[in-house]
Amino acid sequence: MNWMKYRPLYLLLSMVMIGAGLFSLFRWGLNLGVDFKGGAMAEYKTQNVISTEEATRKIEEKGIVVSSAQAIGADAYLFRLGNINNDQRGIINTVLSDLGGTSEELRFENVGPSIGPELIKKTVYALIIAASLILLWVTIQFKSFKFGTSAILAMLHDSLVLLGAFSLLGHAFGAEIDFLFVTAMLTILSFSVHDTIVVYDRVRESQKKLGGSLYDLANRAITETMVRSLNNSFTIIFMLVALVLLGGTTVKWFAIALLIGTVSGTYSSPFVAVPILVTWDELLKKLKRH
Amino acid sequence: MTPIKKLLLIFIFTLVALYISLPSKFILFGKEISRPGLNLKIKQVEIKKNFDLVFGLDLAGGSHLVFEADMSKISDDKKKTALTSVRDVIEKRVNLFGVSEPNVQVSSFEGKDRVIVELPGIKDTKEASALIGTTAQLIFAQVEGEGEEAKLIPTGLTGADLKSADVQFDQTTGKPVVALEFTKEGTVKFADLTQKNIGKPLPILLDNQVISYPNVNEAITGGKAQITGDFTTDEAKKLAIELNAGALPVPISLVEERTVGATLGGESVSRSVIAGVIGLGMVLLFMVLSYGRLGLVADMGLIIFGILTLALYKLIPVVLTLPGIAGFLLSVGMAVDSNILIFERFKEEKVRRGFSDALEVSFGRAWDSIRDANIATLVTAFILANPFDWSFLHTSGPVRGFAITLALGIGISLFTGLVVSRNLLRVFIREKKEMKK
Repeated sequence: MNWMKYRPLYLLLSMVMIGAGLFSLFRWGLNLGVDFKGGAMAEYKTQNVISTEEATRKIEEKGIVVSSAQAIGADAYLFRLGNINNDQRGIINTVLSDLGGTSEELRFENVGPSIGPELIKKTVYALIIAASLILLWVTIQFKSFKFGTSAILAMLHDSLVLLGAFSLLGHAFGAEIDFLFVTAMLTILSFSVHDTIVVYDRVRESQKKLGGSLYDLANRAITETMVRSLNNSFTIIFMLVALVLLGGTTVKWFAIALLIGTVSGTYSSPFVAVPILVTWDELLKKLKRH
Repeated sequence: MTPIKKLLLIFIFTLVALYISLPSKFILFGKEISRPGLNLKIKQVEIKKNFDLVFGLDLAGGSHLVFEADMSKISDDKKKTALTSVRDVIEKRVNLFGVSEPNVQVSSFEGKDRVIVELPGIKDTKEASALIGTTAQLIFAQVEGEGEEAKLIPTGLTGADLKSADVQFDQTTGKPVVALEFTKEGTVKFADLTQKNIGKPLPILLDNQVISYPNVNEAITGGKAQITGDFTTDEAKKLAIELNAGALPVPISLVEERTVGATLGGESVSRSVIAGVIGLGMVLLFMVLSYGRLGLVADMGLIIFGILTLALYKLIPVVLTLPGIAGFLLSVGMAVDSNILIFERFKEEKVRRGFSDALEVSFGRAWDSIRDANIATLVTAFILANPFDWSFLHTSGPVRGFAITLALGIGISLFTGLVVSRNLLRVFIREKKEMKK
């Protein structure tokens, strides 16, 4: 099949996806969690159902600012607050047990303001190191800088899709950017390259055996690996969907991030990395001819 | 070795792994079965393993505290020693507090020195963080001047001169007191000090606050003293722990806290198990539907993968966190990848050559892709796991847990995908073909 013929279509699709994400990023930004922003997050379980409005009002009466309160499931409540001390933490628990019969603190996170910027820096370092090592590995393995660079560009594509998607999800459903999101992002990098390498490998193999233009080799390689790519993604998607639906609140958004990354990573190998590679090759040839 | 012999070996290997990976107690057909642990004694070497999964703080419940040390008054060359001694003091305090398997480590990043304290199974973090956070600088002071002009002058006798501190109860009032015992040097200093101050008060300061204001009646040469204050028993106990562990060389403050109750952790585990079982079921079904007989072989490989992975988690042992479980589930999805690659290749090769030839060729050809692709994933897992504790990368437990389970999953999936399913295919698929002849 002549996959490369439809390159403008792939470009359009990717541009729409990334464009929507970028629009959301500039319009609404990212919904940063306490890991990045600092502040406290506390989850409580009470015996009786309580109203979050009433709880918020009662807590604020004690001079503690509540940024949001949210019911999780039937009997658990999640409060987001500014940085609080241990006395204030005790007060909240007392208020909630007065309202709801008993109150149990399920989880409590209090992150100082200095942690977030550090987290961002460390993430950027991790991204740069991972990307450089992968670029190096692909370049050595395929003896071509073109292969390495287009793989990294596809990786960048997937990261942008994921980041944009989470900006939208954050705006619409309150998905937060936290520590786990960073982990998902880094995992997706390797994922994206994993898939790309499988396609490249086919290009390399037929190049040795058959020769011919990169355009034809790429078409052939994509045809040969398409079923494999889809099937492999399906198995991963099965596991992740199960985790999204059944895994509970703590891992839900983490699994969704991995899911978006998997879909984008599968798409980007034949429809971003390979088209870039082929276009690059064509441009180089044109330049040489002139 | 023939493929059949290899398979037999894999089978025995899997049985051993299955034994390890089973929970220590489980219910099968309404009967409770308990799996005994391993208690071997070979001459002097005693091997004791109960093969239980080790859960991290987010699953077992517990507290993760990060303290930042204020190094502003410490010269650069002494910062490292100061931080190490902060860690040692905290470690001692936590141990004296009675936390099992605490983890205390230091981390320095861009001029910020931190101590990370992990306390499994702690419910009341309020008390724990207060205990860890106090500097506990104990000083004996002299009083100079009278009345309004009285001034407290710190003496050379400090917490460093203590041999031990203990909670006791005052025989007349019944109130808790902290009994101090000085070192040899401290005894001399204390005798000297009491000698000079007979009839005068000798206040005791903790972190620049007067906690006790006793009067000296006579010179004390026995090297023992008491702090009587208005303490509750718990406060006295806390003070004794702090004094025993020594003072922190620099003040520290709590900058990050994450506490998870055991209830939430337990719920997360059971939810993840359900998600895992259902996801696995779907993958198994999918493989059979897509590849028929070959898929069945891949499924056997996948089940062996699961058993081996679980056994390895217990043997190493890997501290399982919630992201770690997600990493494991993800690796289950990825584990069949090598099989899918090979089977797709096999479909192509089958047209060109004989059945068993095609199988061997597919394994050989697919290996390049499998190797190159998995190394790329391992690179990322390596950076996330940060095994050398590079301070410019993440050092957090959950992320590390995820990376470790992911990396292990990749390693084991290479084994099951290439060795196990290959031999399964050689034995089962080839024989069936020969029967047809």
